[in-house]
Amino acid sequence: MLASAPVGASEALNDLIEISSQVRNAVVFGPDGSVEASTLADEAGAELARKANDLLDAASQVREGGGAVNQLEVATAEGSVFVVRDAERTIAATTSPDPTVGLVFYDLKSCLRDAAQKPEPKRTRKKKSDGA
Amino acid sequence: MARRLLGLAGLAGVALAAAAFVRRGAGHRRERVDLYYEDGSMVSLQEGSAAAAPLLALGRETLRAAQ
Repeated sequence: MLASAPVGASEALNDLIEISSQVRNAVVFGPDGSVEASTLADEAGAELARKANDLLDAASQVREGGGAVNQLEVATAEGSVFVVRDAERTIAATTSPDPTVGLVFYDLKSCLRDAAQKPEPKRTRKKKSDGA
Repeated sequence: MARRLLGLAGLAGVALAAAAFVRRGAGHRRERVDLYYEDGSMVSLQEGSAAAAPLLALGRETLRAAQ
């Protein structure tokens, strides 16, 4: 079930779930943590977004020189967590154990790219006036 | 005859030990954390390292949150 969200993120997440058989659940959220789209119910989606932000924060402290982490994978025996972020939003996803890492990252980046696209405005044709 | 039987028993023992080793290796998935930085560099933290432990714990919490 999708949470209420901008059309771009919801459609992108729908496409992701349709395309990727490895992704179990995913959430797209903004820099302030606000959920734009989720495969989970509202509260669970927000919790997944919070945990993903915690992961990014913890990851940024790993290297002494710092440096921003823009994608990560935590691989456990129960499954994997993927987080990918760009300038505008972040996507976090969970998968089954031993996923095809490159493929999942590719799908998540595509989803972020699609989410950034604003829905095209509907073209309206001007009616010809009778006198013209 | 006895020597041949002993040899066969030895071979069977080695085969069983090899099978157990392979099964054990396949059953235990190695846990890890891979971090990709904006500058294009990548750090892989293996299970058992001090840096990996908190991230793996957070990862498990995240998986539970998403169930």
